[in-house]
Amino acid sequence: MSRQIFSRRALLAGTGVAAASALLPRRVFAASKAKIRIGLLLPYSGTYAALGNNITDAMKLAARELDNKLGGREIEWIAVDDESDPAKAPANVNKLVVGEKVDVLTGPVHSGVAMAMMQIVRQEKTLTIVTNAGAQAVTGQLCAPNVFRTSFSNWQTSYPCADVVLKDGKKKAVLMFWNYSFGQESMAAFKEGFTKGGGTIVKEIPVPFPSTEFQAQLSEIAALKPDAVFVFFAGAGAAKFVKDFADAGLKDKIALYGSGFLTEGVLRAQGAAAEGIKTTLHYADTLDTPANHKFRDAFKKATSREADVYAVAGYDTVHLLANALGKVKGDTGAQKELIAALESAHVDSPRGPFRFSKAHNPVQNVYVRQVKNGKEIVLGVAQKDAEDPAFGCQMAT
Amino acid sequence: MTLPLLLLQLLNGVEYGLLLFLVASGLTLIFGVLGVLNFAHGSFYMLGAYLAYWLGERTGSLAAAVAIGVPLMFAVGFVVERLAISRLYGRDHLSQLLLTYGLVLLFNELQRALFGNDVHGVPTPRALAFGLPLGELQAWPAYRAFTCVACLAVAAATRHVLLRTRFGMRVRAGAVNPEIVEALGIDVRRLLSILFSAGTALAALAGILAAPLTTAYPGMGEGVLIVSFVVVVIGGIGSVKGAFFGALLVGLADTLGKVLFPGVSSAMVYAVMAAVLLWRPRGLFGQPAEAR
Repeated sequence: MSRQIFSRRALLAGTGVAAASALLPRRVFAASKAKIRIGLLLPYSGTYAALGNNITDAMKLAARELDNKLGGREIEWIAVDDESDPAKAPANVNKLVVGEKVDVLTGPVHSGVAMAMMQIVRQEKTLTIVTNAGAQAVTGQLCAPNVFRTSFSNWQTSYPCADVVLKDGKKKAVLMFWNYSFGQESMAAFKEGFTKGGGTIVKEIPVPFPSTEFQAQLSEIAALKPDAVFVFFAGAGAAKFVKDFADAGLKDKIALYGSGFLTEGVLRAQGAAAEGIKTTLHYADTLDTPANHKFRDAFKKATSREADVYAVAGYDTVHLLANALGKVKGDTGAQKELIAALESAHVDSPRGPFRFSKAHNPVQNVYVRQVKNGKEIVLGVAQKDAEDPAFGCQMAT
Repeated sequence: MTLPLLLLQLLNGVEYGLLLFLVASGLTLIFGVLGVLNFAHGSFYMLGAYLAYWLGERTGSLAAAVAIGVPLMFAVGFVVERLAISRLYGRDHLSQLLLTYGLVLLFNELQRALFGNDVHGVPTPRALAFGLPLGELQAWPAYRAFTCVACLAVAAATRHVLLRTRFGMRVRAGAVNPEIVEALGIDVRRLLSILFSAGTALAALAGILAAPLTTAYPGMGEGVLIVSFVVVVIGGIGSVKGAFFGALLVGLADTLGKVLFPGVSSAMVYAVMAAVLLWRPRGLFGQPAEAR
């Protein structure tokens, strides 16, 4: 009850513009080069606020590189704070899709919000680019021609890690995760790879989202004495977990692994507690490629913050859109051609090149990273051109 | 579960509960004596944690953060009481909710403007950055033991002030019958100002002490506020003793819930609250409304 009861800015803006736009006829803009309306459904408050801000700032950075134009049309941003709350997601999505009639919907961070979003955009056929949420269903069971993802699927962040753990000679693992779809899918993917490779899962410990009180579970892990612990936490939860794990004296006794979100964006807060942790992800700050250096310098200059994996997805989204909209000369009404342009895109991303799978998920390298002296070092590629299996997606068969 | 593990879990629960008490005690006092439902209480906790980060970064010591942060937040509490809260006395809960919720939004924006949206780690004081070995594998951070002791000391001090000092006597009297206390020549308004400021300082102290354990992050105040309300309701509104036992109960329920029923652990705290209210509708140490 004390989290924002409703997003007041969004509500005010939403009702105001909805009222105004109801008076205007639709689809006059394609001809008259009206502004292209990009909806941002991202968290600007709560646990994932920093992620939402980084995605937004990276999108705006990319837009500035393109003179704020996509396919010749000026960009108008319409942002809604989704608060990472799935319960409010249908209302928030409707605000953008039905109320604001955005041309392209982007976001969200939270997988639960993404699921609610999918239900609506599948019906409304709004061109949608998922900029973070890794829920399998987005490019799996619920995959749709009008939905693309520039980030990753949960499977991609965790399945390759199983191999890394096994290669380190660890055979007995405990899984610990925030108990919502992201955590569950991340665990399932790791478990699939780990048991296939001959490892055993000793115990699975779910933690309610967004609880950050881990002491009880750490005592349990200490008693179980596994070789390795594989976890999914992100943001403030990840910062706290890594510190607690070290404070409980487990750091040098049990190896800690995770998908890259365990250390992404919170390395400084974690300090020495993060040293030596190995994670897998499709990006690393220290990736030594020209595209990455260029992007990171520009982001730093624009925001005086360091870029991260979340920012990368936002950045790629706008460049991808610019490319595809350029091919259809900014006509968002030509959705078929627009989708075809996106499907055939090859993106030279800061993370390395990627293309889309049939299910519209990026086919990309997944790297092994390790924290050394407070920096994320790339040890190598865990899986080259990792492609999500797209379970249950009609388009992939 | 083996016996040593169970004992360890009980310890974890008590530790969490004690930290909750520090926040909930201020909340219950303000509600009990001032009659104000203060949603902004969690914000003071959040500001405390950010002050621990900010002052800690500049002074290099958590003790300095306490020494500067707590009086500072006392002053903030005083200003907030004078400007806003004092207008709420005798108003209905809806007005109180609207104003104090507005303060929550205000303080959140303030945090965003001053400290940004990043997660900030707060280093554990060096003297306490070691582990107390518990069992063969796990260590219990000395800092956690320290927060337990600190919270117990604050609990004892609060109790002493309320029961054994003239100020405490006036507060208790003011809670029961402000008109008579006023007639006796005591400035009740000032009394309430000081009490609110003290509650604010307590919440901030909890935030500062908790910061090395929790890190400072946006939205942390709201999370703790909800649990603190549960504590206050379980303990009985206005009762500091109730807040103490309520906090321990919530800490234990939460910890054991996580171990025994990991899938539904987030509901455990509320199940306990429901059970306590069925048994004692006014909470553990709640007084009937007429007696307050």
